[in-house]
Amino acid sequence: MPASVLWAVDLFGHVYTLSTAGQYWEPCRDTQLEFKRVSAVRQCCWGIAADNQVYVYVCASDVPIRRREEAYENQRWNPVGGFCEKLLPSDRWPWSDVSGLQHQPLDWVALPSPHWEWESDWYVDENFGGEPTEKGGWTYAIDFPATYTRDKKWNSCVRRRKWIRYRRYKSRDTWAKIPSKDDPKQLPDPFNDLSVGGWEITDEPVGRLSVWAVSLQGKVWYREDVSYPNPEGSSWSLVDTPGEAVQISCGPHDLLWATLWEGQALVREGISRHNPKGSSWSIVEPPVAENGIMHVSVGVSVVWAITKDRKVWFRRGINSHNPCGTSWIEMVGEMVMVNVGLSDQVWGIACEDRAMYFRQGVTPSELSGKTWKAIVAGRECDRSHSGSSSSLLSAGCFFGDEVRGSGESSAPSDTDASSEVDRPGPNHPHPADSLDSSRSYKGNPALGPRPGRPTAGAEEKADKAEGPGGEPRSGPVCAPAELPWTNIDLKEPRRVPGHSTPGLPETPGLPSLGLLPLGLEEPYGADDHPLWAWVSGGGCAVEAHTALKWFSAQSGLSPAMQTLAPPVTPAQTAAWRKQIFQQLTERTKRELENFRHYEQAVEQSVWVKTGALQWWCDWKPHKWVDVRVALEQFTGHDGARDSILFIYYVVNEEKKYIHLFLNEVTVLVPVLNEAKHSFALYTPERTRQRWPARLAAATEQEMNDWLALLSLSCCESRRVHGRPSPQAIWSVTCKGDIFVSDPSLDLEAPEHPLPCDQMFWRQMGGHLRVVEASSRGVVWGLGYDHTAWVYTGGYGGGCFQGLASSTSNIYTQSDVKCVYVYENQRWNPVTGYTSRGLPTDRYMWSDASGLQERTKASTKPPSPQWTWVSDWYVDFSAAGGTDQEGWQYASDFPASYHGYKTMKDFVRRRCWARKCKLVTSGPWLEVAPIALGDVSIIPESPGAKGSIALWAVSDKGDVLCRLGVSELNPAGSSWLHVGTDQPFACVSVGACHQVWAVALDGSAFYRGSVSPSQPAAQLHKCLPNAAPGPGPLTEAAPTPLRWGGYRAVPSVTALQLLLPWALLSASPAPDALSQMFLCYPEGTRAPPTPVPPSLRPVAHPVDASGHLLAVFLPLGGDCWYHIPSPSKQRLKQVSVGQTSVYALDENGNLWYRQGITPSYPQGSSWEHVSNNVRKVSVGPLDQVWVIANKVQGSHSLSRGTVCHRTGVQPHEPTGQGWDYGIGGGWDHISVRANATRAPKSGSQETGAPLEEACSGPVQC
Amino acid sequence: MTDDKDVLRDVWFGRIPTCFTLYQDEITEREAEPYYLLLPRVSYLTLVTDKVKKHFQKVMRQEDISEIWFEYEGTPLKWHYPIGLLFDLLASSSALPWNITVHFKSFPERDLLHCPSKDAIEAHFMSCMKEADALKHKSQVINEMQKKDHKQLWMGLQNDRFDQFWAINRKLMEYPAEENGFRYIPFRIYQTTTERPFIQKLFRPVAADGQLHTLGDLLKEVCPSAVSPEGIDGEKKNQVMIHGIEPMLETPLQWLSEHLSYPDNFLHISIIPQPTD
Repeated sequence: MPASVLWAVDLFGHVYTLSTAGQYWEPCRDTQLEFKRVSAVRQCCWGIAADNQVYVYVCASDVPIRRREEAYENQRWNPVGGFCEKLLPSDRWPWSDVSGLQHQPLDWVALPSPHWEWESDWYVDENFGGEPTEKGGWTYAIDFPATYTRDKKWNSCVRRRKWIRYRRYKSRDTWAKIPSKDDPKQLPDPFNDLSVGGWEITDEPVGRLSVWAVSLQGKVWYREDVSYPNPEGSSWSLVDTPGEAVQISCGPHDLLWATLWEGQALVREGISRHNPKGSSWSIVEPPVAENGIMHVSVGVSVVWAITKDRKVWFRRGINSHNPCGTSWIEMVGEMVMVNVGLSDQVWGIACEDRAMYFRQGVTPSELSGKTWKAIVAGRECDRSHSGSSSSLLSAGCFFGDEVRGSGESSAPSDTDASSEVDRPGPNHPHPADSLDSSRSYKGNPALGPRPGRPTAGAEEKADKAEGPGGEPRSGPVCAPAELPWTNIDLKEPRRVPGHSTPGLPETPGLPSLGLLPLGLEEPYGADDHPLWAWVSGGGCAVEAHTALKWFSAQSGLSPAMQTLAPPVTPAQTAAWRKQIFQQLTERTKRELENFRHYEQAVEQSVWVKTGALQWWCDWKPHKWVDVRVALEQFTGHDGARDSILFIYYVVNEEKKYIHLFLNEVTVLVPVLNEAKHSFALYTPERTRQRWPARLAAATEQEMNDWLALLSLSCCESRRVHGRPSPQAIWSVTCKGDIFVSDPSLDLEAPEHPLPCDQMFWRQMGGHLRVVEASSRGVVWGLGYDHTAWVYTGGYGGGCFQGLASSTSNIYTQSDVKCVYVYENQRWNPVTGYTSRGLPTDRYMWSDASGLQERTKASTKPPSPQWTWVSDWYVDFSAAGGTDQEGWQYASDFPASYHGYKTMKDFVRRRCWARKCKLVTSGPWLEVAPIALGDVSIIPESPGAKGSIALWAVSDKGDVLCRLGVSELNPAGSSWLHVGTDQPFACVSVGACHQVWAVALDGSAFYRGSVSPSQPAAQLHKCLPNAAPGPGPLTEAAPTPLRWGGYRAVPSVTALQLLLPWALLSASPAPDALSQMFLCYPEGTRAPPTPVPPSLRPVAHPVDASGHLLAVFLPLGGDCWYHIPSPSKQRLKQVSVGQTSVYALDENGNLWYRQGITPSYPQGSSWEHVSNNVRKVSVGPLDQVWVIANKVQGSHSLSRGTVCHRTGVQPHEPTGQGWDYGIGGGWDHISVRANATRAPKSGSQETGAPLEEACSGPVQC
Repeated sequence: MTDDKDVLRDVWFGRIPTCFTLYQDEITEREAEPYYLLLPRVSYLTLVTDKVKKHFQKVMRQEDISEIWFEYEGTPLKWHYPIGLLFDLLASSSALPWNITVHFKSFPERDLLHCPSKDAIEAHFMSCMKEADALKHKSQVINEMQKKDHKQLWMGLQNDRFDQFWAINRKLMEYPAEENGFRYIPFRIYQTTTERPFIQKLFRPVAADGQLHTLGDLLKEVCPSAVSPEGIDGEKKNQVMIHGIEPMLETPLQWLSEHLSYPDNFLHISIIPQPTD
């Protein structure tokens, strides 16, 4: 779980964040502004500042927010001049949008707000449906608007081409003002409250958010079109309300509540995927008529409220179908506000001391939680200026100064919440809860957290029916108010008598009061805890296992950053440790060396584990039979352990058994089975027969016990222990289990390689969909939920405990996936579509194939390890598209489905999805925060130096390059975004840094000249005819160069002034400037200006006339060389080894790229190698491994077999045949770490051609 | 790089070559050959000497056999001390093999506990474990275990099954992530020079300032004589020995407790006079 942050505003309007991994409040970077309200989600935070303007703070990410602008250039052929811009009067505009109806010259396209910048100039899109046009992007047609083709025909009278230009959102990690360019009459009056949510309603467009606001006049506004690619939204639209609203709260899903001046709550109904604004309001009465509702906050299925008497209420019975809920329950505590965050977690700001509280014990089964717990995290600045107020001032501390300044002017915030708050002022210090007193909580648990009571959990069950009795409000609720000394002095007169809770010890702080100069001159010492005005937890993920450091007072130590533990800890290098190892060795030598012939006092007896299991019997009819199982373990003469597994069964009343030597077992694999906890044992023999021994246990625990024990025995008998070799081969089963195999030397021998059914695989804890390794020990994985994980170097985890697991480097890992059921309907003339099918039809509720009945009620998570985390919802993302209600139509089952209804469609179906989650453990750490669809690590020889090239494709299709990956830092440091003109699906980096990728449209791309020093691209390609300078560089003309035209960069003129003589090369900073270089000729002098250290002068090309050359480097997409896919096939995967490039299409065909030479690295054509392939992995020796879809003898349920291409030679890179290994049920393999050459000859002859191949553009 | 786990194996598989001879006054029918055996350091004498007993009983008259006991250079050997501890404390400076004399008569009631059966050893062993866990985890871990886990610990020791034992014992060696170690370190310090059988006190693995306590800190606190004044010639007067090795005084106590404890989860530390050669 990556760290996420809680956002809060203190009384002075300063915004702070508190990380789930941290223990200090950190001031928001943009410190100029003061805020009244903030509302955060994970990716951004919206706020209303003291100037009553709305701002959005978009969190920075390594991936830029880019949007493509398009315009079409249209031409008509005329006999005189050929194609020209002269169009017929009836035609469209020469420059138009895609429809041709809108006039759209290039310079009409403007940036929507000052927060955007152009990434490049306009350029022609050469890509046409996955194929390059190679004709300046022109596509031809008989007439407008018709079907366009790539090729010009005799009757092509018109043509058009698409110009594209990217703009980029630049105001990240800063507060960006939302432009108010609406009609002044429509302009909303100043906003009073604002709430962001709704991201769970739909993910179209990506990152869509609902932003709601309430104006001072009580009107409710909705911000249109807010999404990830459009973080600012487009405009405010008014939503009618039955009264004047005061405050509003929007949950992640479809809950939206607001409060009215009169004290009722407004509940929005009808919010759905198609109508995120909802349709109508209902009114919910406050719990007590005389004390109206002042504040509400909603989550997924909870509503919390504060009434005017500051009481906290929890609304019962909330769900999607009943957003109003049923009744109020009074909770303990007096709060000014509460906020519901992710997973319905709750934060609150207490009324008395303005301290922040976190509701502990909120779980799906107990949404109201158990008790309030104070967050005592200090502020970063408090820490750095440890307490001395004088040094605080003299140091001109940021915080000290600001507190003073705003304390005096005290920018009044007109929110009702803070207006009733005691303003800070010299004569009215706050009931500050010093850190000291928080410590005293800790020391004296009897005092408990402030508004809560020790018995809170039990007493809060009191229903509204019991009424707001006097007991809960007096006494313990207010008890904490007695604690800080300031209360005694200043608040006492206002207190209701009897509040001095008996039993409270005289506070130790009291005597110190006399010593302090009344605490008046320095009301805000550094020890004061922050006084909060507002909190938003919408971006803060707290889960059961999250260990928060918020609740204890800090020591002076800086918080330990959660980073990958280096493999060597100080303890391991310490002298004492070395000495112990050394002495133990000496001791063994001394006490054992000469006495080995002595008898052992304790004989290594046979150790037996027995149990009852079920066995999938070998004979027909196959079925599960009850068996007794015994494992006998013994020590051989050579000291090696070995074990035999006996399976005793009874057939025809005759007792029989089979046995397996565990040193012959090649893999133990858990089998995905809803009903049984089963696993399979393979030996080479059984692998060939495709008939493993299958065993099932009664409980998961029992199965895990057996798996752990058998696995340990197998490893012991093969003396496999600890971390796998860096060259290990990794694979993943369709169940998400991870396997690893240490390759033997002869696995890739040119002659007589080790048959791959003899490879020994052992399981590694964790759950992944994809795993990719490199020979330098860097291993990355991707979960089903696209989370990226990096291997920590540990082993074990999951069901492997005890000695089969390392003690460190094992972390909690979770994964989320969807389970789908299909609702099928048939049309009949009377009633239309109904769930009554023909007798021959499939089940009306079924799996995707229609063969198995699957109802919502009966469908279970895939295995008992998974638990549901959502309700059933309609999946609108089904391939082929859906209509508004998610239906897909077809003429009959099982035909191909489409997302709209035609006359011929007699059946329809829709897909329901439900998310489930698995929590396990393994040697994996999350690489936050970007979710990935694919990842590839360079296959290189183990001795290679420098950083390790790692490429990835985000789940949104962005291509990314990881910087700073090394053996010591396998997670790397940051992402470098590599521009593309379309979303990509797959990427692979070869041993020579050549990068191949597959776009979502199924075409391939090659990216040349990627070098280790410039991971994303090598940019200094000399261009023949650059624009002469020193004119405006933006004038550079496009050229037909394959490596791209000349792209102007927005601020180039400024750059030109700054950087004479500089040839800029790519720097890791992912901004536009770094993608460009410019140079001046020798002899031209410009005033010397310092060159930023990030830029590196390289060379100074001059043209023939001696003019300076301005050379623009191709941006993004142009570095990609488009490679058409094999005819009529859409590629889905590519894998690049040393020089070999293999690709896989959607129909399971494996293709080899022919004609790759040093001078022509992109190759010439695709050669068909095989069909029946699901996944391919090409390694550093150009070895080819695949997951085959089906192999001879495999059973329907066990698709996915590991296969090794045989006979792969430098002169025969496509090999001859397949050697079949472990299967089925395998989903993924990575051999890219295995650079182990067979020790014998054969490597010599392979050496030369490879070296040759490695020179030239494909450089190693 | 060597894994800390290898220490556990080295500790577990420590063996002391031993030569058993029958006490000269024992009456035998024929001469008793000495018996040579590799004794596991972490086990108990009466648990691993069935073979010795059988060997000598063969040469004895049935009526002369009573409870077996062992003695080294005149000192009766306490069966309820781990073998490694007995050796370190009494014999570490003498030549190997360790010469142990076997007795069947004149049981030294004052010095030794009776050991009627292996159940007695098991009871003693388990009570040590429980005491250790009381110190480490307020008994929470051991009490949460099932009966079969307790049995597995004992069977692991009895059958010299490292994996079987550690599969369970690792749970006893864990501590909450927010702590830096156990509550208290279970240790016992033995000295041949004093009458007192051993020193055992409450001692935390981490100092109040968060600093890890070391072996030296422990000794300074509970047994200053072991580390304090050095001899006239600057030589160390004492050896501090665990499992036949002398860990540096800088070694963190928590690490020692996790890796060099005996199976009963106690650190048995011997303080012996520096040999004078």
